[in-house]
Amino acid sequence: MATKPLEATVRQEGHAAVISLRGEIDSFGEETLNQAYDSAEALGTSAVLLNFSGVDYMNSTGIALIVALLARARKTGRRLLTSGLSSHYVEIFQITRLSDFMSLYPDEATALAQVAG
Amino acid sequence: MTTLMRNLWRSLVGGGRNEPQVVAATIGARAQRAAGPSIEIAPNDPIIAYFQSAPGAVEIDKLTLDSPALRALKTAGVKLAVALVSQGELIGLLNLGPRLSEQDYSADDRALLSNLATQAGPAVRVAQLVRQQQIEAQARERLEQELRVARLIQQTLLPKELPSLSGYGLARYYQPARAVGGDFYDFIQLANGQMALVVGDVTDKGVPAALVMATTRAILRGAAVQHDSPGQVLEQANDLLVPDIPRNMFVTCLYAVLDPLSGRLRYANAGHDLPYRRHGDGAVELRATGMPLGLLPGMQYEENETVVEPGDTVLFYSDGIVEAHNPQRDMFSFGRLQSLVAGHAGGAPLIDFLLAELARFTGAGWEQEDDVTMVTLQRDEAPALAASAPAAADAANAWRTLATFSWPSEPGNERLAMAQVAESVSDLGLEPARLERLKTGVAEATMNAMEHGNKFRPEVPVDFVVRASDRAVSVCITDQGGGQPIPEAHVPDLEAKLAGTQTPRGWGLFLIEKMVDEMHVTMDEKTHTIELIMYLKGGADGHQTA
Repeated sequence: MATKPLEATVRQEGHAAVISLRGEIDSFGEETLNQAYDSAEALGTSAVLLNFSGVDYMNSTGIALIVALLARARKTGRRLLTSGLSSHYVEIFQITRLSDFMSLYPDEATALAQVAG
Repeated sequence: MTTLMRNLWRSLVGGGRNEPQVVAATIGARAQRAAGPSIEIAPNDPIIAYFQSAPGAVEIDKLTLDSPALRALKTAGVKLAVALVSQGELIGLLNLGPRLSEQDYSADDRALLSNLATQAGPAVRVAQLVRQQQIEAQARERLEQELRVARLIQQTLLPKELPSLSGYGLARYYQPARAVGGDFYDFIQLANGQMALVVGDVTDKGVPAALVMATTRAILRGAAVQHDSPGQVLEQANDLLVPDIPRNMFVTCLYAVLDPLSGRLRYANAGHDLPYRRHGDGAVELRATGMPLGLLPGMQYEENETVVEPGDTVLFYSDGIVEAHNPQRDMFSFGRLQSLVAGHAGGAPLIDFLLAELARFTGAGWEQEDDVTMVTLQRDEAPALAASAPAAADAANAWRTLATFSWPSEPGNERLAMAQVAESVSDLGLEPARLERLKTGVAEATMNAMEHGNKFRPEVPVDFVVRASDRAVSVCITDQGGGQPIPEAHVPDLEAKLAGTQTPRGWGLFLIEKMVDEMHVTMDEKTHTIELIMYLKGGADGHQTA
């Protein structure tokens, strides 16, 4: 089975850096994800939004990658937000308590409205 | 003189024994020379009899006795010795070397020494007694410590949580006696959703019993995954225990296997107290014969079975309750226990009821004689998942195999396995959210099997069996990493991970457990199998849907 390597694009929307993710978040995605976060950090915004709407699979290694990003964000005082998680992954973010540390929004527009101003 | 006394004191009291002890000392201003070598006097040395009756200071050089102690005193350069006597018993000698002035001891010196000895004798004796008491207190403390260790071993190995069993209620009570007997109980999840219940009792007490209990528990757990038959489990456990168990120790043990779906309870008994099955308004003994474990090799164990019907309660227990005595030395007895069980509605409240009856029987101030252990298994009145059609119970128990397949242990293959499981169960009408959870559970279990079980060796496969009943889907995932136990799932410490004091990883087993309705891990020498069970429908019973 051809696995879909993770793709990430980074852009700035107002006060937020947006990382749009496509594909699968597992051990193969580590480098892509970390590089994307480096780029987002370089934009110097106070908030970083992870848009998961193009992600169709995330495993426990992927969860660990997100935990590591969250740890980085907290160290530099950045807010981490998410959008576009499917209801299954929303449940997983709740079970793992990641949702206690990052706000989950249904879509990008709703999330960005939270970081306005 | 103060320094002399202090040194004397240390030497005499520090010895901590009753035999007379001798301290050589020199009267003089130079304190550093005050304490001489300590000399032991054997209990049969004639010098003891001599000093017990000798008044005042004795000139050692003038003594002639066939005494090793006397020779030692002379060698040590002792010139003058005064007996320290308390209540007619010689407890030590106060010894003096030559005077520094090289003059002889004067009559005044001798009078002073006699006076000193008269007062010092009883004082030293008191100090010796205090010292002895301290040693005894330490011995008691060591004994307490041993009890604590025994308790710790026992309590570490007893189940911390009761397994949740759909359609059943489990309750337990365990109260060790002060001296800690060897009671134990255990629940073992088996393949196909079955569960083994164990209640046992090791003869003897304290640390030896606790260690035998730990061994027995481990042996039973090993045998339980190898043999389906309760009789064979006990047979194997017995054969393994016999060569290793200390003499005069043995283990009684009741081993039962429950199939929760049908209520079928198969059991074998190694000389343990017979459980009671409360049904209707009676209580029947569940009888099976067999010798206690650890006595003789090659024993066979009778195996019997019963059905735990809706509303029934089975009580497993140890002899601590039936052999409890009242002040008239009557025993609580099996008969009393049986009629109490018969007259009670059953379930977890049965335990409280029996404890209250036990307290009433023994009266106030009863010192518990032995460990008291009770485990109740109650089948719900209305089974949570039972279908209404009469034949449904049987049909629901039947598992049919939907698919069996294998995947090489290569990263990424968990996706393939996940997709194949999803495909196999597509006709079952599993709710979409529950299907997603099952898929995640399968993917995580497959990753663990490939990584931890098979060490990512591609040629070593992970095997899958997908089965279904009318109520549930079961996926068994087997790797070739047996022998090493799979760790228990624990809740990851997210705060520590975010603070960087813990690896961000370690979510797999936790996720699996949260995703599915039941997770059972079994292991033998070669393989691990993790079985994931997902009920087709959630609801009151699907505890994960909340």
